[in-house]
Amino acid sequence: MAGTAASPSRSRDLDKLLLRPGNLVGPTFEPGTELRDDLQEYARILVVGAGGLGCELLKDLALSGFKNLEVIDMDRIEVSNLNRQFLFRVEDVGKPKAEVAAKRVMERVSGVNIVPHFCRIEDKEIEFYNDFNIIVLGLDSIEARSYINSVACSFLEYDSDDKPREETIKPMVDGGTEGFKGHARVIVPGVTPCFECTIWLFPPQVKFPLCTLAETPRTAAHCIEYAHLIKWDEVHSGKAFDPDDPEHMKWVFSEAVKRAELFGIPGVTYSLTQGVVKNIIPAIASTNAIISAACALETLKIASGCSKTLSNYLTYNGVEGLHIKVTEFVKDKDCLVCGPGVLIELDTSVTLEKFINLLEEHPNLQLSKASVTYRGKNLYMQAPPVLEEMTRSNLSLPLYDLMDKVAKDVIHVTGTTGKNDKKTSCLRKLRVVFKGVDGVTDMDMAGGA
Amino acid sequence: MIKLFKVKEKQREIAENANGKTPVKKQSAGELRLHKDISELNLPKTCSITFPNGKDDLMNFEVSIRPDEGYYLGGTFVFTFQVSPIYPHEAPKVKCKTKVYHPNIDLEGNVCLNILREDWKPVLNINTIIYGLFHLFTQPNYEDPLNHEAAAVLRDNPKLFESNVRRAMAGGYVGQTFFIRCI
Repeated sequence: MAGTAASPSRSRDLDKLLLRPGNLVGPTFEPGTELRDDLQEYARILVVGAGGLGCELLKDLALSGFKNLEVIDMDRIEVSNLNRQFLFRVEDVGKPKAEVAAKRVMERVSGVNIVPHFCRIEDKEIEFYNDFNIIVLGLDSIEARSYINSVACSFLEYDSDDKPREETIKPMVDGGTEGFKGHARVIVPGVTPCFECTIWLFPPQVKFPLCTLAETPRTAAHCIEYAHLIKWDEVHSGKAFDPDDPEHMKWVFSEAVKRAELFGIPGVTYSLTQGVVKNIIPAIASTNAIISAACALETLKIASGCSKTLSNYLTYNGVEGLHIKVTEFVKDKDCLVCGPGVLIELDTSVTLEKFINLLEEHPNLQLSKASVTYRGKNLYMQAPPVLEEMTRSNLSLPLYDLMDKVAKDVIHVTGTTGKNDKKTSCLRKLRVVFKGVDGVTDMDMAGGA
Repeated sequence: MIKLFKVKEKQREIAENANGKTPVKKQSAGELRLHKDISELNLPKTCSITFPNGKDDLMNFEVSIRPDEGYYLGGTFVFTFQVSPIYPHEAPKVKCKTKVYHPNIDLEGNVCLNILREDWKPVLNINTIIYGLFHLFTQPNYEDPLNHEAAAVLRDNPKLFESNVRRAMAGGYVGQTFFIRCI
């Protein structure tokens, strides 16, 4: 085999996947050393989260032959992380997770380059995320997943037949674990359901009625939530509770203990207090390892085509016995985040008022009384009166100007559709394209100026 | 997709020399759903809504309720709403800004309304919550107390409860607690 003496043994197992043809491969698979080398050179992967899953993911991806990795995480290492976040040591406590994780994997796996980003995911510009070919998620919150999903889907463009443009697709591989349970899923925006299409999969958080906490506590968790939600405000008027401040946590714990004694309820401990307040579910190292392995493999499959990918949602349950199931969820065709939306072509002179009237006449929409929002700016609101007044002056302005003179962009409208006499309210995504304006115009102007 | 990555990498190198586009604000799915809720608000005459941060921040707003019947007739009670980016998966956080003598609202402004916590469902909306809050003033309920003393008075001595509410709303002491005038 060609290459240095070390290379055959390093990638021997990988070579079996990448150098030989197979029957279960993806449609564009072209086995060979070029594929293997290109994967190392051109695949750029972002790992979001450097916690329990993130540590595993970085190690797995590095050992799968990926050489250009970056990792983003806003947290610092805590003592309680050390049992499963195996890249960290006691002396690392207090250091940024992303930086230590990157350093440790680079020390152990030669040739891999990992760039750490110690910041919030929202702190990065949207374009930062566009530099990666695949985004792998090792997160523990719905908010963060929803954010990354919306960013990845914002790169997606559709052609005039509402087919996703392949070069704009930003695949995501999402892992998640909770105790003995976990999931791994492949999100190919425009092709498979995005995070928002299936957000209903998440069970609602358990929340106790406040009056139960105040009046009739029955469990240790009730006592803790009483101290956290009611007693804290009573005593510290105006000061926000910070779950990451140990002093705050200790205060809540001691109040919870008093409360529990008063009602004769056993079981309030400091770790339970942390668990209830921060909604912590004990993490199991092997669940992380299993889910991460699945995610890393899917990442390799998406990049190389060496096998068809998971289609599209794997659930793992090790609570009683061991169950793994793959479910093929379907896209929500009207998804506000990944769906194509309704294509509308307009002249640059069309005013917002005219646009709203056009929506009513549009055969596919028939949307009356539309309120219009564009990238966080409310252009027109039908209600309540206070917002209607504030936005009314926009009605006579050209939509093109209100959309900052972009050639095309997505805009959202709310209104009522009146098909078959039955009025239903709806929220729709529209792809507005202005006639006679395209990306070239800007460059021309820049050149002429 | 590696072929595609390769092409993109080449493009990226070229693009790095040119300046990128200015970053644009992302609108979360929660914001969009809230936009729908707000644009469809159908408030009773007794309720009004304001947006302290202007027309482009719908995630933080205030609702004033002026009950037109019952113990709280004539008072004005302001509630703050904080809506999360994953709304409606999660209920808005609602607090009563006006200090009120009420069995289901404590002196810190915590509100015991089932649909704000244990019974929240994504099919509910801002309108439902506002009606729920309004209902608390027309039908205060001593069975789900947050203000224990107020609940006990309502249960045992409705006449005294009524005069306590009047006194609190006019601005004055009920027991050891001072209430600011809200009529």
